[in-house]
Amino acid sequence: MERILSQMPEFFTWANLALLGNAALMTLSMTLLGCLVGFALALALVMLRTAPGRWAVPLRVLCILYVEVFRRIPFLVVIYLVLFFIQTVSSDTSLFTIAVISICIYAIAYTADIIRGGIESVPHTQIEAARAMNMSHLQTMWHTILPQAWPVILPPALAFSVSFIKDTALVSQIGVFELTFRGKELNNQGYSGVLVYGTIALCYFAMSFPLSLLGQYLEGRLATPRSQRRLRKIRRP
Amino acid sequence: MPHLAVNDVYAKYGALEVLHGIAFEVDRGEVVSLVGPSGSGKSTVLRTLVGLTPVSRGSVEVDGTSIDYRSGRALKAARDRMAIVFQQYNLFQNMNVLRNVTLAPTKVKGRNRREVEEEAMELLALVGMSDKAGAYPDELSGGQQQRVAIARALALKPDILLLDEVTSALDPELVNEVLDAIRRLAREGMTMLLVSHEMAFVREVSSKVVFMDKGRVVETGAPARIFDAPESDRARDFFGKVLRG
Repeated sequence: MERILSQMPEFFTWANLALLGNAALMTLSMTLLGCLVGFALALALVMLRTAPGRWAVPLRVLCILYVEVFRRIPFLVVIYLVLFFIQTVSSDTSLFTIAVISICIYAIAYTADIIRGGIESVPHTQIEAARAMNMSHLQTMWHTILPQAWPVILPPALAFSVSFIKDTALVSQIGVFELTFRGKELNNQGYSGVLVYGTIALCYFAMSFPLSLLGQYLEGRLATPRSQRRLRKIRRP
Repeated sequence: MPHLAVNDVYAKYGALEVLHGIAFEVDRGEVVSLVGPSGSGKSTVLRTLVGLTPVSRGSVEVDGTSIDYRSGRALKAARDRMAIVFQQYNLFQNMNVLRNVTLAPTKVKGRNRREVEEEAMELLALVGMSDKAGAYPDELSGGQQQRVAIARALALKPDILLLDEVTSALDPELVNEVLDAIRRLAREGMTMLLVSHEMAFVREVSSKVVFMDKGRVVETGAPARIFDAPESDRARDFFGKVLRG
């Protein structure tokens, strides 16, 4: 305890805080980029998967296989797989890119399932109505099904992304300069582990807590869009 | 040549065969009603016509041209000519009334949005819904939603309008507003094929009635003949039950 207190002034220097700040930014940008790209790819994948017609059957099998496989592999293993796979193909890919690709691969597997669930929550009769009017699969999805599915998709997708902020700590294992990696460095420089990792823990909390609050707020907004619109209408003088 | 000819059509839901050789004809400007007990396959007939339930055998001809439902292009052409209104309205919940009516004409047929909106407002006036153009489906009663659904189908400019038990999900006091809209269409010469349990309405509006039972057409004829002097025992039994009192 005394050691911690005595180290505090040396530890909380601008240099160290800037180091941690940068590392936190790295963590955030990795998560954001990986989850956004992953979400977009998952959306495209589910669109293809739900397409009618025989040509979509192999895609459907592939999607199910992908989701089932990657949801059953630890994230750390995915990271190593991507690292070693990419290193055999090209030697000058940055570790950041490798981390983002790993997050992407993992995020696709989880969000694809969330998106599929959201689409299935919309009554099938809505699809039939659109089909009977000659709307294409993409038009049906884009104009009628997805807008109704967003309230079901977005909250868990956001929750997944927010929880992933902390899971990215695992990429420190391959040497990406993110929060946990910097923590290890500072600890090696002789700072107390409790002090260093306590600060790091606070950083993670500070990043994910506001985002999860935002998620809850959005969930409330999305849950009853029309009834709220009606309320606003009534409140209007 | 009939406008629409259904020749010996068979259809399955999965392994269950629900239509065993349906045949009837609809002439241009005619209103034909499919009647019969629940589960006789009336709605399935309408669904097969727009390709929502696959035809396993037999043929459907529109103006003498046979429709091959396995071909995407033929299916598109069939859906261009026939529009369906569902029992549960199936309006798109995420858009307002006007957008529901204009979506397919603008997105599928690529027509000018303003022009389509003008037409849509006329159609909404026809079904008495022009004052609700900005409302969302969940703000409307069932009868109102169903009238919008009719306007939405008409906006596709179909040759034949298919009406699938359009009043069955409605509260009794809302039935007439929908029937009035259909009467108006009939007067304007719209070709319609309808499934209905409103026998008095069927009798009034149809030029031909097709009585179905267990996936087969039992008898076909003018409404007065079918209702008052049915030839088959099955029809006599059915109308004896539904028309009594």
